[in-house]
Amino acid sequence: MNMLKPLTLAALGLVATYTVAFTQGKTWTKVTIATEGAYAPWNFTEAGGKLAGFEIDLGNELCKRMKVECNIIAQDWDGIIPALQAGKYDAIMAGMNITEKRLETINFSRVYGTGGQVFGVARGGPLAALPGLGARLNLTTSEADALKAMEEMKKLLKGKTVGVQVSTINSQFLDKYFKDAVTIKEYKTTEEHDLDLANGRLDAIFVSILALNATIEKPDFKNLQVAGPSFGGGLLGSGVGVGLRKADPELKAMFDKAIGDMIADGSLKALAVKWFKLDISPQS
Amino acid sequence: MDIAFLWSTLLAILPGVPTTLKLTAISVFIGLFLALALAAMRLSGHPLLVLPARAYVFVFRGTPLLVQIYLIYYGLAQFSVVRESLLWPFLREAYWCAILALTLNTGAYASEIVRGGLQSVPFGQIEAARAAGMSRLVMFRRIVAPLAIRQALPGYSNELILMIKSTSLASIITIFEISGLAYKVASETYRYIEVFFVAGLIYLSLNFAITRAIQALEHWLSPHLRPAPATPLLNELKAV
Repeated sequence: MNMLKPLTLAALGLVATYTVAFTQGKTWTKVTIATEGAYAPWNFTEAGGKLAGFEIDLGNELCKRMKVECNIIAQDWDGIIPALQAGKYDAIMAGMNITEKRLETINFSRVYGTGGQVFGVARGGPLAALPGLGARLNLTTSEADALKAMEEMKKLLKGKTVGVQVSTINSQFLDKYFKDAVTIKEYKTTEEHDLDLANGRLDAIFVSILALNATIEKPDFKNLQVAGPSFGGGLLGSGVGVGLRKADPELKAMFDKAIGDMIADGSLKALAVKWFKLDISPQS
Repeated sequence: MDIAFLWSTLLAILPGVPTTLKLTAISVFIGLFLALALAAMRLSGHPLLVLPARAYVFVFRGTPLLVQIYLIYYGLAQFSVVRESLLWPFLREAYWCAILALTLNTGAYASEIVRGGLQSVPFGQIEAARAAGMSRLVMFRRIVAPLAIRQALPGYSNELILMIKSTSLASIITIFEISGLAYKVASETYRYIEVFFVAGLIYLSLNFAITRAIQALEHWLSPHLRPAPATPLLNELKAV
């Protein structure tokens, strides 16, 4: 019975947090945002330990527009959703794609970035010839085309080892579509699978094209390249949004409005071009 | 408590038990030889042997295993010299990197336990053995080793338990042993409390089995500490 105590306490803690949030009367003056700090250029940690990146700039700008005080903190990817629900912070901006599965647990603001997911391989290696480079395949609108392209890719990928970050849309994608052809190796961070691809432990990685492009810009990783088409939609989700508790609809409304304003006045596009060198802002 | 979830978690984590046990068994086995060699160096009295052994123990005991695993797995792989060497097929595998780190680590700790055991043998016993005309080998086998092992066992059982727990660090280099699988289940279900509770129970039962086995061994090695067993003759006398 003793064992139940911590659980009960944790549950009471959750209830208390929610109650406080409600009794505050839904006027937000202070918002704490969690990011991962290891997913450049979305968010990363500078040599001095300071957080930087697209989402840090965007988060600060959104807070300014929402007229709230902003505090951005780093949180490991693995506990990022449970800690949001436990009330340790109010929002997640960590390159998190909006997916059906995540929507069961938390809420999201409107999309503030959309990039595809791709295979990364050694430059000029045997997998560099994966067919379909440059094509964009959508699993929601044209799944048949995507499946056909995957069959072509599997001819080259058969028996290879592919690295992916654990419990992400990318690992779900590999599990669903490539499990029969490749050996999947799961990593806690993308930086670790980048390293293992560069040093030859992996034949390929499956990753966001934007994160991969940022990696390739570093001198140690210039021997990597994008291969094959990029995938989006379906279980890969519609894009990246701010993760929020379901109990905070008013905060979602504030984020939605601020993001909408930034799309409308072109400042989101400017910020995207600054960090990604291409426009990843949603069109509407 | 959601018993069905606990049960499905248990089933998802159990396949990691053989990996945990294999990592422990292989590294403890090789590590023991390393420890014996290091202890012999430490006790040799020759500075050219004593100093390297002391330095080794100092470095591996003084740095976290986590750091050692990272250095061996990610660190070594960044040197093209290592990637082109004959060792690469071995160091390429996360599994062997974990074994290497665990072995080097337990070697350092166990060598100190072995050294303590050997040094605890009372000089009087050695003197008596010599007086009885035993050769060095016979003396080691009959007098020094049994006494040293008996002294070292409690400390060594601690080390075994620590090793079982240390294997959980292998999960950071893509090895899915107990902790790795637990982490995976937790990050998919967001139910950290239940999942790691189950993982903890598995470690607890593994270590329970180990402590029992060592206790049995200790019991067997120290007959002099137990009351003499009643002999049949004595029983008959009592009956009269």
